[in-house]
Amino acid sequence: MTTIDTTETNDVPPKDPNAVSITINGRTVEARKGDLIIAAADSVDEYIPRFCYHPRMSSVGMCRQCMVEVEGPRGPMMVVSCMTPVAEGQIVRTDTPQVKRAQEGMIELLLANHPLDCPVCDKGGECPLQDQAFSHGAGESRFVEEKRHYEKPIPISDLVFLDRERCILCDRCTRFADEVAGDPLISFTQRGNNTQIMTFPDEPFASYFSGNTVQICPVGALTASPYRFKARPWDLEQRESTCTTCSVGCRTVVQSSRDELLRYQGVDSDPVNWGWLCDKGRFNFQSTNSEDRLSTPQIKSGDSFVTSSWSDALESVARVIRHSREGSVAILGGARGTNEDAFVWGALADAAGITMRDAQLDDGLPASVFSHPQATIDSACAGGTVILLAPDIKEELPVLYLRLRDAVQKKRIRLIEISSHETGLTKYAWKSIRAESGTAAAAMPALLAQADIAAQLASGPVVIVAGRPNLAESASHTMDAVDAVLAVAPSASVLPVLRRGNVRGALSLGLGPRNGNDAAAILNASAKGNVDCLILLGADPLSDIADVDLARRGIAGAKFVVAIDTFLTASASHADVVLPAAAYGEKDGTTMNLEGRVTSVVQKITPHGTSRADWIIAVELMTLLGHESNFTTLSDIQDAMSAAVPGFGSTTTTVAIKRDGIVVSVTPPSSTSASTSVAAPRNSYEFRLDLSRKLFDRAIGTITSPSLANLATEANVFIHPLDLDRVGTAEGTNVRVSNSHSSIVLPVRALSSIPRGTAWVPFNQIGADVRELVRRNESITDVRIESM
Amino acid sequence: MARLTEENIRLAREIIGRYPKARSATIPLLHLAQEQDGYVTNEAMSHIGELVGASSAEVFGTASFYEMFKFEPVGKYLINICGTMSCALMGSEELMHQAEERLGIKMGSTTPDGKFTLEHAECQAACTEAPCLQVNYRYRYRVTPDELDALIDDLAAGNLSSEIPAHGTVAVVRQHIPADRAVGAIAPELVTENPAWLDGKAAL
Repeated sequence: MTTIDTTETNDVPPKDPNAVSITINGRTVEARKGDLIIAAADSVDEYIPRFCYHPRMSSVGMCRQCMVEVEGPRGPMMVVSCMTPVAEGQIVRTDTPQVKRAQEGMIELLLANHPLDCPVCDKGGECPLQDQAFSHGAGESRFVEEKRHYEKPIPISDLVFLDRERCILCDRCTRFADEVAGDPLISFTQRGNNTQIMTFPDEPFASYFSGNTVQICPVGALTASPYRFKARPWDLEQRESTCTTCSVGCRTVVQSSRDELLRYQGVDSDPVNWGWLCDKGRFNFQSTNSEDRLSTPQIKSGDSFVTSSWSDALESVARVIRHSREGSVAILGGARGTNEDAFVWGALADAAGITMRDAQLDDGLPASVFSHPQATIDSACAGGTVILLAPDIKEELPVLYLRLRDAVQKKRIRLIEISSHETGLTKYAWKSIRAESGTAAAAMPALLAQADIAAQLASGPVVIVAGRPNLAESASHTMDAVDAVLAVAPSASVLPVLRRGNVRGALSLGLGPRNGNDAAAILNASAKGNVDCLILLGADPLSDIADVDLARRGIAGAKFVVAIDTFLTASASHADVVLPAAAYGEKDGTTMNLEGRVTSVVQKITPHGTSRADWIIAVELMTLLGHESNFTTLSDIQDAMSAAVPGFGSTTTTVAIKRDGIVVSVTPPSSTSASTSVAAPRNSYEFRLDLSRKLFDRAIGTITSPSLANLATEANVFIHPLDLDRVGTAEGTNVRVSNSHSSIVLPVRALSSIPRGTAWVPFNQIGADVRELVRRNESITDVRIESM
Repeated sequence: MARLTEENIRLAREIIGRYPKARSATIPLLHLAQEQDGYVTNEAMSHIGELVGASSAEVFGTASFYEMFKFEPVGKYLINICGTMSCALMGSEELMHQAEERLGIKMGSTTPDGKFTLEHAECQAACTEAPCLQVNYRYRYRVTPDELDALIDDLAAGNLSSEIPAHGTVAVVRQHIPADRAVGAIAPELVTENPAWLDGKAAL
C-alpha cells in the first residue's frame, strides 16, 4: 500500500489550537485565534466598509462604520467588526437589512459635517468616504442645516496641510504618529462637536514619516504640499516599483500624469516596509522633474561646457579610455543605478581591464561584511537581540527604524545600541551604551560579558546591524566591533546597512573594489597622477566623501573626468565630459536592498531630455571600444546576469519577481579585511569628531526637490553642556573648530545626550564644511574647539 | 508665563510618584499649572509633557478636552451662570443681563482689571435651586439680580476671600496621601495583596 487513507486510521492530525472556524454570510472561514472579524472577512474578500481600521495599526472602533451582525444567545447582535475577535463557531452576517441600515446611518452621520467639496478636493476619485458613500450609503442626507466651518487648510508642517472640515476623526493619522512613527505631534483636541486634530501651538508635525498620514487619511483632510492640485486620481497612471533613496528598498507605486512624476505611494510589502515610506523617499520625485536636470551631453571647453551630441561625447570618452595607460581607468559609483546598470558597467570594466572600481564612497563597510551569515529585516525583528553598530537608523534608513521600533514596542526584540551620540532608537533601546568613536571594539568584550547582557545574548538569536556610524572614523573600527561581537556570539547574523539605494546590488554585480582598491585608494592614485580617466557613475565625491581634501586632490589629479549623472553636481562640474543619465522612474530594471532582496524598479516616464540609462551608456562604450556586448534589451542583461553571477538565478528577472522580491545570496568579492586600527587616545583638551548624516541635508536629490530643499538645518557643532563651560563659550555663539589640517567656524550648541569630549556635527548641512578637518589616513579625527 | 516653578516641580514629582504610570499625573499637573499662572500656559503644557513623558500635543489634547482648563487668562473670579432649562425658566437670562451690565462686559469675557470673568454654563446639577451660579465653582443658589450685585460687591471688596479662593486654586492635588493608602509606583497588575484600607474585608 503506497497511499495512506487517513479516514481508515485513527491517525487524525491534531487540530491546530489557534485555528478558529467561523461563518461569514454562510461561508466557512478559517481564521486564527485573535484575528478580528473584519480581517477574517478581508481574507475571503467579503468587504466590510471601514474608515478607521488599518491592518498595520491597532483597532480603535472609532468610526463605527464596520458594524456587522453576530449571532448571539439572544439572537443577532450588532458588533463593530474591527474590535471583535473571531470565536469558534461564530456566525457573522455583513449584508442583512439591519447591517445595511446601520452602515447607511453611519455614512449619513459622517457626511452631516463633511463638506461636499469633492470637485475641488484632491482625494476625490480615490476617497474611501466618497466611494463608500456610494457603495454603502443611503444616497441622500436628511441633514439640511449649516455644516461646521473651520479655516480651510492650515499647514501643520512644511509638507502637510490639514482641512478640519473634511476630517471625520477616524484617528488614523494620530494613531500612525503615535504607534508607528513614535512622533505623537498631532492629537485630538477639544471635545464633542469641536473635536479636531491639531498640533501643539508653534510645534509643527515635523515627523520624517508625515507623508504616510496623507496616504492613509480616508478623506481629503490631510494633503501633501507636493501633490496638492497637481492631478486628479483618474488621470494618474501608475506602476509598482521600489524606492531606491536608501538601501531599505520600500515598495512604492510611481504615479504620473502627462509624462510627469506626480506622486509616490507606499505599497505594503510584508517583509520590508508594511506600506510606509519616509518623507524623503516619498517626495523626492520632485527632483526628477527638476528644471536643473542635465538633458544633453556636455563637453568641457575652456572653463565652460558646450552642448554636444551623444556620439561626439561618447567617442571622446572612448578615445580617452583607449589611450589611457594600462590600469589607469577608474569607475566610482554605480550604487544609484539598477542591478542591470551595475552588471553592464562591471562587464565593461572587465572587458576593458578596469580594475579600479568602487560603488561605495568611503562611507560604508568593506565587502567582507557580506561574508558573515546575513540577516533579513524580518529575521532581525523576529526575536532575540539586535545589536546596533550603525549610524542613526532613523536618520539614514527611516523605514528600518519603523520596523525595529515596532519589534521593540511589541516586545519581540531587545536592542543594544553602541553609539557615540544619542540616536532615534536610543529611547527604545534596552541598553544604549555611549562609546567614544574609535573605542567601541575595545570596549566590546567587557560590555558583552556583563551578566545581564550575556544572559540576553544567550537567550535567543542575535543580529548585528552594521554600518558606518561616524564618517570621521575609519570603517575598520566598526568591522573590529562586529568581529568582537561575533567572537562572543558566533551564531549571530549581520544586517549590513550601507549607504545608497542599490549599493549591495552594485557591489555584488561587478562594481565592488578589486584587490582592496576602494574609493579612497582610487582617489589617492588619482591624486598621484595615476588615473588617466576617472568615471563618476552617479557619484559626487566632492560632496559625499568625508575626506573632502582627498576628493579634491583626486579629481584634480585625474587627467580626464567623465561624469554620468542626473545633475551637474559639484564633482560633475569639474568633469571634462558630462553624460546625462536617466533617473529613477525613467528606467526599468531590478534593485537589491540591504538584505540582498531583489525587487523591480520601473520606468514610468520618458527620460529627461536625451538622457539614457547607465547600462545603455555602458553598452555604447563597449561597442566603441571594440568589445562585444550582446546586450540590446534588459532581458539580455538579466539572462547574462543569471548565468554569470552565482546565486543570481533565473528567479530574479523582472518578470519572475513579485512584490516582495527574492532574497539572493551573492557574496561580493571581498579583499583581505581592513587592518585592525587602534585609535590613539584622545588628548583631554581635544574633542573626538562625530560626523554623521541626517535625513535631510544638501544632497542633490534633496535640494532639487523644492518641498524638501529647506528641511536641511544650519550646520552646528554639538557638545555636552559642561564642555560648553570648559570651552568658555555660550550656546549659539561661533567657535573655532580646528586641527592640524584646517580650521572652520561653526555655531556651538549644547546637548546633554552627547558624551563629554565628543563633538557631533551633522553631515552636509548649511554652513561651514567640517569635512575639511577629516583625513582618510587617520582612523579617527580629533579637533580643538576654541571660543573666538 | 511659564514653566512650573521649582517648588511646583518638586510637588509635581511627588504627584507623579502617586501613580504607577507617569502619564496618569497629567491632569493633576495641569491643575497645578493653572493654579500657578491662573490659566494653563503653552510653556507649562510643554513642561508637563517633559515631566510625564508625553509630547506637548498629547498634553494639549488632554487638557483641551476639559472645560475647566483655561488657555487664556481669566479673572480672579470666574462666574458661571447656568443657562439650562430650570435656571432659564427661573430667570437666569435676567441674571446674565444684570451681570453684563454691572461688570460692563459680555458673557465669555473678562473685566479690564482682571477681576471677573463671566461665563454661560450648562446645567450645574442644582435645578431645585434655580437659578444658580458658581463663583470659582462654589455654588450660589436661587440668585436674584440684587443678590448678584451684592455678591459682586463682596467679591470686589475681598469679603469672601476666605470662602472663595482665587481662580485655579486647587485643593486635591495638595492632599497628603498616607503611605499605607498610596498605591505608589506599582503597576496595578503587579499588586497581589489587598490594600490596607480594606481592613480584612473581602474585596468587591
